[in-house]
Parts: sequence; structure tokens; C-alpha cells
Amino acid sequence: MQAFEYIPSATIEEAVTILAKEGDQARILSGGTDLLVQMREGRRRVSTVVDIKHIPEVNQLSYDPRKGLDIGAAVPCYRLYGDPAICAVYPGLIDAAALIGGVQIQGRATLGGNLCNASPAADSIPALIVLRAICVIAGSAGRREVPVEDFCTAPGRTVLQRGELLVSLHLPPPLPNSGAAYLRFTPRNEMDIAVVGAGASVILDDGGKTILSARIALGAVAPRPLFVPAAGQALAGRQPSPEAIEEAARIAQTAATPITDMRGSAAQRTHLSAVLTRRALAKAIERAQTRR
Amino acid sequence: MSQKQIVQATINGEPVEFLCESRQSLLEVLRDVLRLTGTKEGCNNGNCGACNVILDGVLVNSCLVLAVEVQGHTVTTIEGIAPPKGLHPLQQKFLEHAALQCGICTPGFIVSAKALLDQNPHPSEHEVRHWLAGNLCRCTGYDKIVRAVLDAADVMSVEAR
Repeated sequence: MQAFEYIPSATIEEAVTILAKEGDQARILSGGTDLLVQMREGRRRVSTVVDIKHIPEVNQLSYDPRKGLDIGAAVPCYRLYGDPAICAVYPGLIDAAALIGGVQIQGRATLGGNLCNASPAADSIPALIVLRAICVIAGSAGRREVPVEDFCTAPGRTVLQRGELLVSLHLPPPLPNSGAAYLRFTPRNEMDIAVVGAGASVILDDGGKTILSARIALGAVAPRPLFVPAAGQALAGRQPSPEAIEEAARIAQTAATPITDMRGSAAQRTHLSAVLTRRALAKAIERAQTRR
Repeated sequence: MSQKQIVQATINGEPVEFLCESRQSLLEVLRDVLRLTGTKEGCNNGNCGACNVILDGVLVNSCLVLAVEVQGHTVTTIEGIAPPKGLHPLQQKFLEHAALQCGICTPGFIVSAKALLDQNPHPSEHEVRHWLAGNLCRCTGYDKIVRAVLDAADVMSVEAR
């Protein structure tokens, strides 16, 4: 691997200062499961690696029924599904966290890294979008918040400016009668990258018979994880019927603009967009109805 | 920039101090500096699991950890699995079930299986297969490996009684 300077940063302020000074030559290290591979293969030139795992705030994982869930940017996936309270309340997020790589990847890999790596096929991002996650970003001028659906701008590119780093993700507390799910299509069950991924969330009325609101997001069908507001809006006020689900699936499918690559053809991905939206919605509705 | 750094860690229960460059992976240092060559290099990109070690109780690919990251941490490699005399039940059962041919994947499989049994002493076959999905074997096939792990779990639960 190329030589670089390794800086274990003790504070957010210190990390931000280094990032502002070094610009594109510096890169944040948390789990390293993407970064180290990219550096070793020469796909990314980095002269300074800033390890944020020594900063207490980015290691915090806390859930409060009134405040919601805060996931520090350096919290590995295994800590999410190792927490029974988080599994019970955010199963749609756990669907994704337990799918990324295999167990040894999940021992290091973080949702913050999955987001900052900005792969169009990232498993956690559609789940975070439908769960209304907010990105907390620190920079030299202070902090700002960005909805997760606006965070990625292109493959490998994000809204992070020079001197900024992702501190944490905030998920609001789930409302009563709500449910979410993420699923993907892959040739292998584990250790694979999504051909297409789909996340869905719904909020039902107290009787569980009417959809009050819904959110749909797709992975690997556009240059960035794709939020499809129209698909969710089509469900508002409707019964969770097969016809309503089908209409949302068609809208999501129409929004998809996939490419053909080694993992799948554009035609296959277009087909899968509808299939997976349908299934993710059905799962989200089932979870909402059983968790009333 | 390529200046060497001192790293202190606990490896297989022993305090260890070593010198390394920041660009060296934990895998490189285990093999080339500490001469713990039981840990194997396969793909070197996190797909094959041949280099798996246990870091603070968590299974990781040592090719995806920088050696400087283990400062102050605890690492268990394949060399730390067997008791002072004899074999670990997993090692014994891999032999009995002929769960290896060329052997290069075996240390990774045994370390992975150890990490599984540490947290789930009675895994189902499905759980074993799911857990070992990140370990690739290109000659034995997985059935014998899965049977060896399940058998080792049985033996260990009897021994624990």
C-alpha cells in the first residue's frame, strides 16, 4: 500500500482542522473496509489518514424512545444488531446493517462509512432514507444537518465540503403504527453487493387499515441512492391493498434509471425495482400492523 | 512519512510491542514482523476470510485493519486458539471430519468458528453456514467444515457441563 501519515485524532475539532488543511489528500478512517481496499488497489490517493475511532462522540450509539436513535459515524454494524432495543424498534435498519458484507466486515464497517463511500448500491442508505435519517456534519464553522437523501451527490461523492466530516446519524423515534424494511437482490445471500436494493416505510392509522404516509428508496438503479417521494405519496390515504402497492411499485420503477454492468442489466434492474419495492412495502406494512 | 511507529498490543494473551509503518496491515505485521504465519493472506481485500483474527472479541479481516489501529487492543490469531497442550476441539474436529485439503483457508475458518462459538455455543446448521459465508474454501467444499463446527460445538457443550 502507498505510504501515508496516520493521525489518530482525539477530537472532532482536531480532525476538522486536518481535513481543512489537507483537503482531498486526507481521508477519514473508521471501519476501513472500503478505504483500505481503495488505497491498496490505487483507486484512491491519500497522504493523510485521520482515524476518528478515538473520538468518544463518533463511537456513541444511543436510543431514547422520545429522542430517537443516534448512531456515531464510527459505530460498527455489529453494535447495531447487537442491541436488542434497536433491533426491536428499527428492524428496517437492521435489515441493512446485517447484510453489509459478512460478519467480519460488519465487525468493522460503519453506516457512516457506507454513507460517505457513497456507492449507489450501498445497502444502508435506502433504509436510512425511508427512516428519515439526518446527517450531522461538523466543519470549522460549526455544525449543520443534512437529510440523508440529499447527502450523496454522485458515485463516491457527497455534500461534504473541504474540512467537513460526518459526526453521526440521527433517526427520529418511530411513530405508532409505523414499520420499515430493506431488502435487496443478490446472487449470493451474503458477501455480495446489491443488484438492486429497496427500502420502504409506512405509517398506518390506529386501525391499521389506512396508510397515512409512506417512503420508498431504491439502491443501485441511479448514480446515487434514489429517494422516490412520488411512490410514497401515491399511497397516502389508501388502504394497504395489493393494488395500491402495485401502483407505488410502478412509480418507483419509472423513477429508476439503471445502467448495465457486471452485476446486472438495466432491464433486469428495472424489473427488480418493482418487485423489490412491492416486497419491501409488504414487509413494512406487516411490521407496522404487528407493532401497533 | 514512512517513519516507523511503536505499537503495543496484547496478542494471544501476551503483551507485544512492535515497529511498523502506518501503511502496513495487521495481517502483514502478524506474518512478516511477528512471524505469526498461521494467519494466511488470501484475497487481501476482505472477501475470503483467510486472514480472520479476533480483535477485542470481534471477528475481523486482518487485511482490512492497519497494524497501527491495534495500539492498546487485544488480538487472537490461530496461534492463540489451541490450549498449551493438544488441540482445540475445533481443530480436532476439522481433522476428524477431514474438513480441509490444501489447508490455506483452515486457520481463517477455525478462527471464525471460534468467534461464533464464543457468542453462540449451540448454533444451528443455518447459523454456522451464515456465519462462515465470509470464509472461502476452494477445495474441500463446505459440508465437512460445517459438520466439524457443529460437532465441535457438541463436544464443547459436553465438556462445559
